[in-house]
Amino acid sequence: MRRRELLFASLILLLAWQLLAMLLRIEVLPAPLAVARVLVREVPRGLGRHFLISGWRVIASITIATLLAVPAGLVLGQSRRFNRLFAPIIYILYPIPKIVFLPIILLFLGIGDTSKIFIIFLILFFPILVVVRDQAAGLRPELIYSVRSLGAGRRALFRFVYLPATVPAALTALRVSIGTAIAVLFFAESFATTSGLGYYIIVESWGRLAYPEMYAGVLAMSALGLLLYFAADRLERRLAPWMFTRDASG
Amino acid sequence: MIEFSAVTFAYPGQPPLFQDFNWRVGAGEAWAVIGPSGCGKSTLLYLIAGLRQPTAGRILVDGWPVPRPRASTGLVLQDYGLLPWATVWENVALVMRLGRFYRRKQTPAGQPRPYPRPDLTPAQVEHWLTRLGIADQKDKYPGQISGGQRQRTAIARSLLQQPNLLLMDEPFSSLDALTREDLQRLTLELRQETGVTTVIVTHNIEEAVYLGQRILVLGRAPNRTAHIIENPHAGAADFRGRTDYLAKCSELRAALAEK
Repeated sequence: MRRRELLFASLILLLAWQLLAMLLRIEVLPAPLAVARVLVREVPRGLGRHFLISGWRVIASITIATLLAVPAGLVLGQSRRFNRLFAPIIYILYPIPKIVFLPIILLFLGIGDTSKIFIIFLILFFPILVVVRDQAAGLRPELIYSVRSLGAGRRALFRFVYLPATVPAALTALRVSIGTAIAVLFFAESFATTSGLGYYIIVESWGRLAYPEMYAGVLAMSALGLLLYFAADRLERRLAPWMFTRDASG
Repeated sequence: MIEFSAVTFAYPGQPPLFQDFNWRVGAGEAWAVIGPSGCGKSTLLYLIAGLRQPTAGRILVDGWPVPRPRASTGLVLQDYGLLPWATVWENVALVMRLGRFYRRKQTPAGQPRPYPRPDLTPAQVEHWLTRLGIADQKDKYPGQISGGQRQRTAIARSLLQQPNLLLMDEPFSSLDALTREDLQRLTLELRQETGVTTVIVTHNIEEAVYLGQRILVLGRAPNRTAHIIENPHAGAADFRGRTDYLAKCSELRAALAEK
């Protein structure tokens, strides 16, 4: 996606919003410019802090999930025995909607950062684990034989084959799950807390009927999601450039 | 160079592919191994490479048992041997990086080092890329180059580690006829330049006769004896057009039919 195209798409969306606001002329749909003014005013008055807190929660969860899921997936993908042991457990846990555990997690971990980070971690962990495991298990035996025949032992195989083979897939899983992660964060922050964008949008704005502020909060949360998505996308292109080249030989 | 003494090998739960099998390959010899599918010819290479261990008996390579692959044996497979995420240059340079990765690793005294040499240089990588005619492809990924260029990359990678034994498992069977003949000629040249002992597994009679000065004919499993056809004239560049070449092809065809 080129930068110009993205800019153009944003303009179209803003224009649609503006038109809708002009047509409806109601209080609950302020025009983009009005919201932008409020956004600029609100950032130093608390919105910025809430943004940073939410951002920190997501990034902390992503980091922990990646650091635990990638090695676990690598081990399971390499060892048939381990995988046979754990596959049924993962099979059961993977599709369970983790969000329903939120009340339990709140009971155990309280209403602070820990519970939010933990629930998002839980949501991100399984898709990354499964993707890394399957990617590692799906490596062609010919490739492993070839690299072993060059003298590579277990450690070198990890470093030169398994890691580069799975990290891009982990990033793809991450990119795809970021939307869910932010949605869950919003939900978790909208009650039983006093900070974060969810709190700002629901408690501080919606609850007080402060519609432009509410829209500013929604914009900030969208920006958080977009930023993380872009970051994952960039990282993917950096770490896996071969996935973005044209296949010449078919 | 290679010594099989009373080797028996079976995959778990399957009848043996080799039973009390004896076979010797001298240093500098050029062998072809031919046989029907399922006869164990790829397994034979994996045994020599140290990727599989015999169920019974003993295999020595260069005078030593091979409990794990050693870098001085090169292995070129039919396909999928290259890292898809690395460019041609990086794929060949992997040997150099592995050498550096293991440079501090100690090996028990008196035993040969299984790792690539730690002192390989980028200039040597360039040398082999140029020799194999793929220097202008070095920034491309395996998915972007032709099958012939991929095999050239795999051969360059094997030769960079200065092997004394080169094993090739149907290296040219997925290539078109002209590219295949091209690479067969190149294999002959490289063997003359480096003096490396070669064992090429193939299912193609013409390829076996063109490349193998000695041809090991395998039959239906289990293989108990090494049936060898001598083919001393292989290695001459014009051999393919000669009458003794055609005669040897018929001899080999007859031997395979008997098996």
